[in-house]
Amino acid sequence: MSTDPGYDANGTLPLTRDGRAVSDRGGTVCVIGAGASGLAAVKNLLEHGFGVDCYERETGVGGAWNWRHDRSPVSAGTHLISSKPMSQYPDFPMPDAWPDYPAHGLVLSYLERYAEHFELKPHVWFGTEVVRVEPAGGDRWDVTTRSTGGCGSQRTSRYAAVVVANGHNWAPRMPAYEGQESYRGEIIHGSAYKEPNQVRGRKVLVVGGGNTGCDIAVEAATHAARCWHSTRRGYWYAPKYLMGRPTDQVNAGVLRWRLPLWLRQRLMHRVLRLVVGDLTRFGLPRPDHGVFQSHPIVNGQLLHHVGHGGIRPVPEVARFTRHSVILTDGRELDPDLVVMATGYEPRFEFLDPGLLDRDADGRPRLYLHTFPAAQPTLAVAGLVQPDSGVLPLAHWQSVAFARWLRLREAAPQRAARFRERVSGGARGRWKDATPTDSPRHWFEVSHDVYLRELQRALDDLKAVPA
Amino acid sequence: MSGGTRIIRSREWARPPAPVRREVRRALPAGDEGKPPLLFVPGFGSGAGAFAEHWLDHAAGRGFPAYAVSPRGHGLSAPGPGATLREYAHDVVQEAAALPRRAVLVGHGAGALVVAYGLARYPARAAVLVSPVLGGFGPLRAALARNPFGTVPALFGGPLRLSRRQLFSRELPEHLADEYADRRGRASARAQWQLLRHRPPEPAVGDPPVLVAGSPDDRVVPAKALTEAARRYGGAPLLFPGMGHELMLDARWREPIDAILDWLDKGSVL
Ligand SMILES: Cc1cc2nc3c(=O)[nH]c(=O)nc-3n(C[C@H](O)[C@H](O)[C@H](O)COP(=O)(O)OP(=O)(O)OC[C@H]3O[C@@H](n4cnc5c(N)ncnc54)[C@H](O)[C@@H]3O)c2cc1C
Ligand SMILES: NC(=O)c1ccc[n+]([C@@H]2O[C@H](COP(=O)([O-])OP(=O)(O)OC[C@H]3O[C@@H](n4cnc5c(N)ncnc54)[C@H](OP(=O)(O)O)[C@@H]3O)[C@@H](O)[C@H]2O)c1
Repeated sequence: MSTDPGYDANGTLPLTRDGRAVSDRGGTVCVIGAGASGLAAVKNLLEHGFGVDCYERETGVGGAWNWRHDRSPVSAGTHLISSKPMSQYPDFPMPDAWPDYPAHGLVLSYLERYAEHFELKPHVWFGTEVVRVEPAGGDRWDVTTRSTGGCGSQRTSRYAAVVVANGHNWAPRMPAYEGQESYRGEIIHGSAYKEPNQVRGRKVLVVGGGNTGCDIAVEAATHAARCWHSTRRGYWYAPKYLMGRPTDQVNAGVLRWRLPLWLRQRLMHRVLRLVVGDLTRFGLPRPDHGVFQSHPIVNGQLLHHVGHGGIRPVPEVARFTRHSVILTDGRELDPDLVVMATGYEPRFEFLDPGLLDRDADGRPRLYLHTFPAAQPTLAVAGLVQPDSGVLPLAHWQSVAFARWLRLREAAPQRAARFRERVSGGARGRWKDATPTDSPRHWFEVSHDVYLRELQRALDDLKAVPA
Repeated sequence: MSGGTRIIRSREWARPPAPVRREVRRALPAGDEGKPPLLFVPGFGSGAGAFAEHWLDHAAGRGFPAYAVSPRGHGLSAPGPGATLREYAHDVVQEAAALPRRAVLVGHGAGALVVAYGLARYPARAAVLVSPVLGGFGPLRAALARNPFGTVPALFGGPLRLSRRQLFSRELPEHLADEYADRRGRASARAQWQLLRHRPPEPAVGDPPVLVAGSPDDRVVPAKALTEAARRYGGAPLLFPGMGHELMLDARWREPIDAILDWLDKGSVL
């Protein structure tokens, strides 16, 4: 008798391709990560009747917002930049009693309450890291895990589908300037900045004009001995409030008029000119792009501190010497600490690159940044950078995936329509304004354009009446 | 219910309802029996107090953590002069999400319509629509026929006055019926109008089981409307003949709440 090569000698336990034993989890779906996107996936899959195993390398939920996590990018002073209605899950509002822009601790307690409320924790394996995800044939997946940090043995389980929700704000993107290695001062990445003590009394150079760079520069303005802020281009700085209302809510109101982009841009340029004014007066470079063409910076305090002299705007770094930093305009600075707030790179070490249809630059090309064309039972959740909150988008992504998994059993023809969308839309952008040439914008989306397409997908996937 | 779930909610993003102070009444069981919390939502003109009279304690006695919320402008909640169904539903969903576990929403009268709106914004574990007033012109015709003097002013923005005999059966002692009727306030004029004309609620999220309960002798909600409401959610109504509109205050208040709790106990809800 010959046993099926996919099974062990007794023909009972299935095996991975390289012969390890697999525990078969049947129709259960695996979710990787219990941050905001993973939790939404767990909840929505359960709601659609699936069994779910979620693996989380940390010991608690909340991902980026749990600042006890060693890879959390938030610092003591982090507050949301998207206001509550744009930030919350669409079916679990943040409390009315909370401020417009909750601090990171509140966001964490929100995610913990979400997990409590929907009883998600029994489905999460904490302290467990996913190290490999491999196709197992028949659109199923072998997921190999171990306890975080690598001690102990590995286990492999077979799943009907996998949601990758491992977050994209934890692997630092570090620039490499000439002379940087032999520089004698301290260089850290923005993610390692946790609290003002780190800059107190020191001369600090903050590199990078994203929200992280601006937040850190503002803190350094009040706590450091001196703060230079280096950006390689000019930006638009949106305040948190316009006319007493959260800026994103005002913008959402403008979007309701469905004006053409050029007109909305003109309008916003006008408003920012009136409210914020001419940036070059502050010694900042003029933006080299229109508003909406770069990931929004929401920071009402930066210019205030520039005006007080607490922040000195400087151009891009050219190179390092052993004891100083030379800027592109030839100026020489002597900081004690350089903070590289230069962003993050998405990483999927546990997945073979081909599975996510990565392009020449290694970037996944997925329909709605969620669905790979060739892998019907694989989805990525939360891999978007919207001009709004991430949670609403991540929520609907997992609803769409859950509906799709259901529909492909129940009504294969209707399901086929969705697959056409997926293969046709893999190169979409879902962004109205053409973004700057910065590589960080490859997954930047306009929330309204994005959700409009997701709405179409969801409509295709509407449950078949029983 | 009609159409699909709308995921672009510009209005809700641009103009979220103003936060208000809300009255919440509660009765909690002695120990946690693992039963889901119930959130009761009163109809127009009524407040959480209507459930505090009997139903909250009774539900708690049977092991259910029981809560009731007064939407803005009702009971002891802060005023809500221009409030619409959207604001009322917001108040309900806010309180539901504040509960420790996924809640069952129980709406009475027009509170059932508020619950139907809420179900599109919160995946309740289950919902119960008690003597539901889901709006439209049918109930208006019935109200005009039964109580023209209480109804006509509402058409001009005045309060809708329901008479004692519309609300309660004759079994309820007269002094109680008077007292309960006197306690009633009013919904905002805009919300009253919306009872006649509103965008139908989006489908419930999370596909909760929905039970409809009422009395065939209700003088506000015709029996036909009960059957129709139940059919919309794929079932038949639970009927309590001989009772008035206010099932939670009428003389035989115990029967409907027991039947509702039995349904929850038995159903796949737990
Ligand atoms: C400083 C900062 C501020 C932000 N402000 C806002 C804001 O104002 N509004 C907004 O909407 N968004 C904001 N964001 C975006 C933020 O990323 C999202 O709000 C949200 O945290 C994304 O959740 P996620 O679940 O996709 O990723 P994460 O929160 O990163 O969660 C991923 C989880 O997966 C786990 N994990 C990763 N790899 C593995 C593995 N191999 N095995 C097991 N588990 C794994 C991680 O431990 C983590 O818990 C901000 C981000 C940063 C960095
Ligand atoms: N308060 C908050 O809520 C908050 C705080 C921080 C971050 N966030 C969010 O977290 C995410 C990450 O933000 P982030 O600010 O850390 O990263 P980011 O948005 O990727 O911004 C990185 C910044 O560094 C610059 N940069 C990148 N590589 C560089 C290089 N080699 N040399 C010089 N400059 C370089 C970029 O310039 P270019 O413009 O040229 O690319 C950009 O200004 C964003 O979604 C952001 O909104 C939110």
